[in-house]
Amino acid sequence: MGLMTITSPHAHGPRKTANLMRVVVIATLPGLFALTWFFGWGNLINVIWCSTVALLAESAILLIRKRPVSFYLGDYSALVTGVLLGLALPPLAPWWVSVVAVGFAIIVAKHLYGGMGYNPFNPAMVGFALVLISFPVAMTTSWAAPTHLLDNPMSFLDTLSTIFGFSTQSIDAFTMATPLDVYKHEISHSVAEDVVKNPVFGQFIAHGWEWVNIAFLAGGLFLMKKGVFTWHTPISMLFALALMSLIFGWDADQTTPPLLHLFAGATMLGAFFIATDPVTSAVSPQGKLIYGAGIGILTYVIRTYGSYPDAIAFSVLLMNFAAPLIDVYTQPRTYGYAKAKRGTKEAE
Amino acid sequence: MKQIWDFHGGIHPKENKEQSNQDGISDAGIPPRLILPLQQHIGHRAEPVVSVGDKVLKGQLIAKAVGAISVAVHAPTSGSVTAIEDHPVPHASGMTDLCVLIETDGKDSWCERTPCEDYSTLSKDELLSRIRNAGIAGMGGAGFPTAIKLHPPRQDKVNTLILNGAECEPYITSDDRLMRERASEVILGLEIMAYILQPGECLIGVEDNKPEAIAALREAAKETQVEVVTIPTKYPSGGEKQLIKILTGSEVPHGRIPADIGVMCQNVATAAAVYRAIRFGEPLISRVTTMTGDCIANKGNQNVLIGTPIDWLLEQNGYLNQKGSRLVMGGPMMGFTLHDTKLPVVKTTNCLLAATNKELTPPQPAQACIRCGMCSEVCPAELLPQQLYWFAKGQEFEKAEHHNLFDCIECGACSYVCPSTIPLVQYYRYAKGEIKQIKADQEKSNQARERFEFRQERIEREKAEKEAKRKARAEAAAKAQAAKKEAAAAKGTAASSPTEGSTANDKAAAIQAALQRVEAKKQAQTAPEVTLESLQKKLLSAEDKLSKMENAWKDAVENNPERAEKLATAVESSKTNVAKLNAQISEMNKGTGQAGGSEPQAPVGPSIEELQKNVDKAKSKLQLMLDTLEDAKLNHPDRVEKLERAITKNHTRVSHAETALSEATNAKKTTESTESNG
Repeated sequence: MGLMTITSPHAHGPRKTANLMRVVVIATLPGLFALTWFFGWGNLINVIWCSTVALLAESAILLIRKRPVSFYLGDYSALVTGVLLGLALPPLAPWWVSVVAVGFAIIVAKHLYGGMGYNPFNPAMVGFALVLISFPVAMTTSWAAPTHLLDNPMSFLDTLSTIFGFSTQSIDAFTMATPLDVYKHEISHSVAEDVVKNPVFGQFIAHGWEWVNIAFLAGGLFLMKKGVFTWHTPISMLFALALMSLIFGWDADQTTPPLLHLFAGATMLGAFFIATDPVTSAVSPQGKLIYGAGIGILTYVIRTYGSYPDAIAFSVLLMNFAAPLIDVYTQPRTYGYAKAKRGTKEAE
Repeated sequence: MKQIWDFHGGIHPKENKEQSNQDGISDAGIPPRLILPLQQHIGHRAEPVVSVGDKVLKGQLIAKAVGAISVAVHAPTSGSVTAIEDHPVPHASGMTDLCVLIETDGKDSWCERTPCEDYSTLSKDELLSRIRNAGIAGMGGAGFPTAIKLHPPRQDKVNTLILNGAECEPYITSDDRLMRERASEVILGLEIMAYILQPGECLIGVEDNKPEAIAALREAAKETQVEVVTIPTKYPSGGEKQLIKILTGSEVPHGRIPADIGVMCQNVATAAAVYRAIRFGEPLISRVTTMTGDCIANKGNQNVLIGTPIDWLLEQNGYLNQKGSRLVMGGPMMGFTLHDTKLPVVKTTNCLLAATNKELTPPQPAQACIRCGMCSEVCPAELLPQQLYWFAKGQEFEKAEHHNLFDCIECGACSYVCPSTIPLVQYYRYAKGEIKQIKADQEKSNQARERFEFRQERIEREKAEKEAKRKARAEAAAKAQAAKKEAAAAKGTAASSPTEGSTANDKAAAIQAALQRVEAKKQAQTAPEVTLESLQKKLLSAEDKLSKMENAWKDAVENNPERAEKLATAVESSKTNVAKLNAQISEMNKGTGQAGGSEPQAPVGPSIEELQKNVDKAKSKLQLMLDTLEDAKLNHPDRVEKLERAITKNHTRVSHAETALSEATNAKKTTESTESNG
């Protein structure tokens, strides 16, 4: 007779993890386009290269772990890690920097902790932090200058050979410090009016970067509308960052102003694509608010008082540490209870 | 417009109601055979009051409610009872249960009914008992006896009586059609319930995807206090707790029932059944069931007799079983799959969903949980399903409980939205089951430990008491001994002459010797006599047994040849037994004849010493008791009476012992004189 006997529910919604991951990848495209438009082919090549390495690393580790390769590759999570690293790394970062970052992210940060869903730290950010600390020169001098500022922008093939080390010409002519870096160093011995004369800041906030951030913001809002994540983490993070820079950075002659914090560097990429990684963030809405705010505050603190120009990776990793603790204290109030249970003790 | 509230979460699955809600409710007809499970409700199973072969009429009671939480079962049509036996029943586990099987005769003739034109002429208790005897249990799904629900345990005043017409599950349209076509029955049923409960307001909550039903109910409720409230379509708005939140804004506190906050929810179909039971005296013998799913050709709603076999019903409606299809009783969110189609429709069967595997896709392999949190967004209980899943999988049951696992209503919204297709509800069921098991085991081991500790304590206490008693006895004995010695010493000093002393010694020796002789005689005499007596008694009983057995055997030879054989052997062995005893007795008689002839019958009894001891013992005990009494008078007034009674008893015992002693002493004196004479 062949009747299937399974327990309820029998119906399933249309959502699939693979679809979610695909949508995330798609949502990064405006940002990737803006990066390529303003900073040349570097990021596009990086994204493709990092994705390839990520898929290879994932396949290899799955084989070693004796897991069905196609089933797990089908969830696209490795692809997302690769794409995010490709977007986050400096456009002209040498190929081996990407390999180390992606390999470490997939093999150590993800699979050695149990694989998809079990990793306590955001794999992409672990990889990023590793190369940032290990190869500071490559990581700070590989930021491509905006193509509009160059008389002779790098062609696709030039970029490719530069990244893969076949090119003998120095890349110094094609690189430039990032606006966050420039402002931080210049403002200590200058005033805002003079600092922003540096062409890296362009006409609005930071040449190219404002558009890149707006593109990531657009992609993020699209994901939010799609229900891939809730507003709590990114909005709370941006709000905290803005608030911090308004309180402590209101004087543009002393320190980086709020708009530069919000629209330069990896702010929007971090807020909508990195901090929202569900595996490593807090779970409840309230928890997400705290988690996001933590990232925003830490980002401001590290950018302003630390020695690194940007701080998304470190802030996210630090808040990854805190997420389980946040969860313990932010359990939502269940139907039928007067108060939410807080902490580990029975609150009755 | 009444204010309504929203509940957390919820989902909007494809409704799939249009397949079955187009046509009116038709009649499913009378199947050749009915299978009536005796437990279609929560509580005690009903007890059959018919036996195999009985003719039953439509509506006749076939099983009566037993215990407080139970409802009756009635014959849905006329026919005869062919069996009362275990039969598979609709249950997620595929278990069997006691069922009454009826072969229908097609006449559909009613038994006598007690209709009631005006329910207000009946008392509340009478109404409740009629509802109970009509076999009405909640028809929304759980099947809780309606009469019990209408009679809240505490003296809670029900302020809001809610009829649940939300029908939020996809595919199901039985309540929808019922509300459209029998709106007046629903409203009248609600009025009867309201008459019993006297609530402040009566509401009917209906999802806005049933505009026809809402219009029909409003029309029927025109002249009444009943308010029909349109609520937004969102699953699971028909969950009792969720509907209460929507309509009243308040939540049923954890671990309590709606009546605790002055609210009661009843299903619309239950209300209609209550009306028919009171107005026409018709018990619950049929219900509206939705038949839907692409495996069924004629989708729609039918009035189905309770007990109708599902295979017969499906066949009537053009059932095409396809590979990988499933048959669900209830809806796609909370219904359960049937293992077999040879099961009956029961009082809670609101829908039969025969879905192809295209409609309800086979479960996909679960991927890793990425804690995306979609489950917690849709959870109507505001739980963290992703955390609960984590804890269930890791068997961290304490944490799961701390995260309010038991507030999960298993609505399935979390599993529905899970992008990794994790069967979350299954994990929760598993964890709940495990926790219940662990608690039961713990309870058991706690009880065992308590029992053991109590026993240990008792043994210790008894030991201590025994020890104390023994000590007291020893002390008393020592005292008595000392007193005796003193007395003896006093005697000794009184008889100061050494000659007299020596004669006294001689005398004592003589008494001793005489006593020994008496004892020897007594032993020689008592031993055979006792045996003889007992033997004679045995012989009598053996003879008695033999005659009884012979009678039984004669009886058995006529009626029960199988037993006769057995009895015959038994009679034989009894005969041998009697013969043996006879032989023993005759032998014994010879022996005693000789012994009895030579020995005179001397007084028989315990030795004087023993008697003396008895007296001493009884006295010391009495003394002890008197002491205790004094103590009790001071400290335990409740024990005094008992002790006094015991003391009177002991007084008698002492006097008995003393009489026995004096008698024995007299006898001794006689023997003594005889001895000295001789």
